[in-house]
Amino acid sequence: MANTTLVPFGPQHPVLPEPIHLDLELEDERVVRALPSIGYVHRGLERLAEHYDFIEMAQVAERICGICSFIHGQGYCQGVESLMGVEVPPRAAYLRTLWAELSRIQSHLLWLGLAADALGYESLFQHSWRIREQVLDLIEETAGGRVIFGVCKVGGVRKDVDAELLQSVRQRIGTIRTQFAEITRIFTVDPTIQRRTRGIGYLSPEDAHHLGAVGPVARGSGIARDTRTLGYAAYGELDWEPIVEQGGDCYARCLVRIREIDQSCELIIQCIDRMPDGPIEVSVKGKRPQGEALFRLEQPRGEVCYYMHASGKKNLDRFRVRTPTFANIAPLVHMLKGCELADVPVIVLTIDPCVSCNER
Amino acid sequence: MLSWSIRPIAELVLRNVRRQPATRLYPRERRSPFPRTRGQIAFRIDDCDFCTICAHKCPTQAIVVHRIDKTWAIDHGRCILCSNCVEGCPNGCIRLRNEPHPPLRAHEILTFRKGYESPPPPPPVTVEPPTAG
Ligand code: SF4
Ligand code: SF4
Repeated sequence: MANTTLVPFGPQHPVLPEPIHLDLELEDERVVRALPSIGYVHRGLERLAEHYDFIEMAQVAERICGICSFIHGQGYCQGVESLMGVEVPPRAAYLRTLWAELSRIQSHLLWLGLAADALGYESLFQHSWRIREQVLDLIEETAGGRVIFGVCKVGGVRKDVDAELLQSVRQRIGTIRTQFAEITRIFTVDPTIQRRTRGIGYLSPEDAHHLGAVGPVARGSGIARDTRTLGYAAYGELDWEPIVEQGGDCYARCLVRIREIDQSCELIIQCIDRMPDGPIEVSVKGKRPQGEALFRLEQPRGEVCYYMHASGKKNLDRFRVRTPTFANIAPLVHMLKGCELADVPVIVLTIDPCVSCNER
Repeated sequence: MLSWSIRPIAELVLRNVRRQPATRLYPRERRSPFPRTRGQIAFRIDDCDFCTICAHKCPTQAIVVHRIDKTWAIDHGRCILCSNCVEGCPNGCIRLRNEPHPPLRAHEILTFRKGYESPPPPPPVTVEPPTAG
């Protein structure tokens, strides 16, 4: 057997915003094996759910992750609502969809910036984040917070968005779309980016399926796996289709995210145009969740699963979150096999690792 | 090949040279907060009857209410601006303001006491101008 070298990658690495550690076994410059280890920022939020009041826990659920905060809150609230047998009013469902899509746009733009930075495009990084800033402003103007939305609660949403503000959001989403089209061109035609991403980190559709890839990783490998097709919140009433790319490499995953930003803009415009009138919340006074269920939602990074078990007490008996990054670690280890050491950062980045999410 | 590869990014950079800067000169130029921004918790003691509902609703135990001493205290460092207390207060004493709280330089707890009046300002000290002697 040839000599192998063990190179540690992370937990502190320039491309990683959060700590994840990979032990890379190298033969010359080629990775033969990668061994991930996680658990650097574990916070025990699942255990907290067993002590917290289930209404207040919505605040904690939103803090599982900073980038997909709204969708965690939404998933938790939807879960508790269905265990209580409560249905939210249609306007609340549409508002939730609107905010979830805004959060998807900002998350993908953040990722695009990081990806550009990892490829050495510093000014492209700043351009992505400049556009993201406008999305964050929209979020702050409608929800009140930039990172933690704080608008989702069990039984509906906290704040209504009036027609005037909705129209202004609609118009500004249009502006953001045109600005985004400018930087998209660079991602799609620039030969340097193409050379560093095309054919790198290939994941075949079969492997993606067997290893349980979710989100843009699965869709980049040609699997149309998007939990939004289940039609939760308002997705069942909007016209859209999951975005699929056939490449299976880093470039395809990048394209999926780029096209999803455009699609999210489209979904927001549809939401605003079809926004029904009516109340934004129903009272859940005196109701307690009871039963056991599993819920799935689509986060910017892929499918997230919530398992809940409740027995009519003021707290849940068990709360478990399976986050998309966790599901994507197995495909990542597979993709890393046989790649060059210099490509490792780009491959790790294309699964969009969100480690804090992973370590509830 | 080279000219082709830098063209899209060069176009973008050239267009940006002619645009206004996208950033603000922060400490000098500040954006006013949006009307809905969750900035800080403001409290008015006049109507408060020290029922402790807000303290029970607070997920981070940022509020401490004392029924007998008639005090209401908040630790702005713990508050996560969830507005549970605002929604829970039956007398409408708590409000969410949109200006963010200035950064705290030390751990401090802001306490309000019923009937407390701030001491009168000290009388101005007048100093006789030195007489020419
Ligand atoms: S809930 Fe309102 S009235 Fe009761 S203690 Fe708090 S601030 Fe005072
Ligand atoms: S806003 Fe939330 S965290 Fe802050 S004092 Fe009120 S209840 Fe507590």
